[in-house]
Amino acid sequence: MMFEKLVFYLQYPFVRYALVVGVLTALCSSLLGVTLVLKRFSFIGDGLSHVAFGVIAVASVLKLTDDMLLVLPVTAVCAVLILRTGQKAKISGDAAIAMISVGAMAFGYLIMNVFSTSPNLSGDVCSTLFGSTSILTLRRKDVRLCIALSVLIVVAFIMFYNKIFAVSFDEEFSRSAGTKADMYNNLIAVITAAVIVLAMNLVGSLLISALIVFPALSAMRLFKSFRSVTICSAVLSVICAFRASSSPYLQGLLSEPR
Amino acid sequence: MALITVRDLSVGYDGHAVAEGLNFSVNQGDYLCIVGENGSGKTTLMRTLLRLQEPLSGRVLTGDGLRKNEIGYLPQQTVLQKDFPASVREIVMSGFQGRCTLRPFYSKEERRLALGNLRKMGIEGLADRCYRELSGGQQQRVLLARALCAAGRVLLLDEPVSGLDPKVSAEMYGLISGLNRDGITVIMVSHDIQAAVTHASHILQLGKDSFYGTRDEYLESPTGKHFLEHKEEGEA
Ligand SMILES: Nc1ncnc2c1ncn2[C@@H]1O[C@H](COP(=O)(O)OP(=O)(O)O)[C@@H](O)[C@H]1O
Ligand SMILES: [Mg+2]
Repeated sequence: MMFEKLVFYLQYPFVRYALVVGVLTALCSSLLGVTLVLKRFSFIGDGLSHVAFGVIAVASVLKLTDDMLLVLPVTAVCAVLILRTGQKAKISGDAAIAMISVGAMAFGYLIMNVFSTSPNLSGDVCSTLFGSTSILTLRRKDVRLCIALSVLIVVAFIMFYNKIFAVSFDEEFSRSAGTKADMYNNLIAVITAAVIVLAMNLVGSLLISALIVFPALSAMRLFKSFRSVTICSAVLSVICAFRASSSPYLQGLLSEPR
Repeated sequence: MALITVRDLSVGYDGHAVAEGLNFSVNQGDYLCIVGENGSGKTTLMRTLLRLQEPLSGRVLTGDGLRKNEIGYLPQQTVLQKDFPASVREIVMSGFQGRCTLRPFYSKEERRLALGNLRKMGIEGLADRCYRELSGGQQQRVLLARALCAAGRVLLLDEPVSGLDPKVSAEMYGLISGLNRDGITVIMVSHDIQAAVTHASHILQLGKDSFYGTRDEYLESPTGKHFLEHKEEGEA
């Protein structure tokens, strides 16, 4: 019965798109979540999504047709900056996140206010923050980008899994063993930025932290090795994202598509 | 040529030297103990030897074909990440990270070597335990096993027994001496001069009574005599 209902809804492309994007974003954010929580960057999701918000505002004022081309690189650069200040300890990680994110957010809001052509400004801001509407209005192009980015992220994570573990556990030892710790920290930063830009489509900027932090924290309570925690966190978040993306249809929370 | 030769070395941070005018060399099979008060620059010297930081002046030369990733390092205990989930096996395996620069996974051979090193440290039964749930002595053995995986020939140990009780410390010193007898060169930081005199072949003292020489020379030197007198007073 439930299953049939799901199959029924799956014939609509927007339902399929939402499901695919939801599950993939959750998977990617949970993979990185473990590392970020352990590196004391739980709030980086929140911070970077504010940066992305600011950049999206600029892109919309510049009337860029493809704002991803601007959003992704700028967010990645900010991620590298934040993770770097975190290590050097002159400015601690949380302070760096606060500075960059609040700054970008304020700037984006200012730009939107001054230059916006849209009549419904607060609506625009709201949907960027919560992302609630965009998951059902995804275009085929968005889904393609999401799949491509997710595959890249997952492959990079698996390829560099051992190094990511080593660098997060003991950076000093890694350096002494000849590992290019800076390179891997930058890699983690860039992947994080990609995940966050991805996740903005799903939950908007405000809830990204939840996608990053909750699966990791739950898995860390259950398991005690890095590998099992990572796997558990990925499985948990995929299951939850699947449930969450499909339950509105199953429980009739949305009106029947026509 | 010596494995490591240090010439007129000054080490420190941001242009300020914490230890200067260092001259010493370490040969294959030596057991060098670096002693000195807190803040005399022992950790700074270790980090410079590992090229984790640049010398302020002077040089660190490596010889005998010693490559960078043949040095195993046991860092001074930092604030432990209390919630880091990591099994003993995962930590020990990470000692091999310098060997597989681009290879994503560890090989069968490396798994075998890691188990062998756990056995040498007498903790093979702990392989699947969670690191943060082990006692201080067990944790140090895990980190020593990891350093062994990284080290072909030289071990750099920064205060390997700090925070351990006397019995566990003695066991740790025993393990390290055993490794040295097996031919591994050991450079160890300690502020336990008694242990240095008992185990080391050479002693480097940083700080105001700086000294470098063999253990026997140290016992003959004013610094060493001073120390021995203190010890006798303590026993009397
Ligand atoms: N990251 C750093 N930046 C600046 N000064 C430092 C740093 N780390 C240590 N120091 C200073 O260098 C001196 C030597 O420190 P250290 O080598 O850790 O001493 P030891 O290991 O002998 O106790 C200390 O006075 C300390 O304050
Ligand atoms: Mg020290």
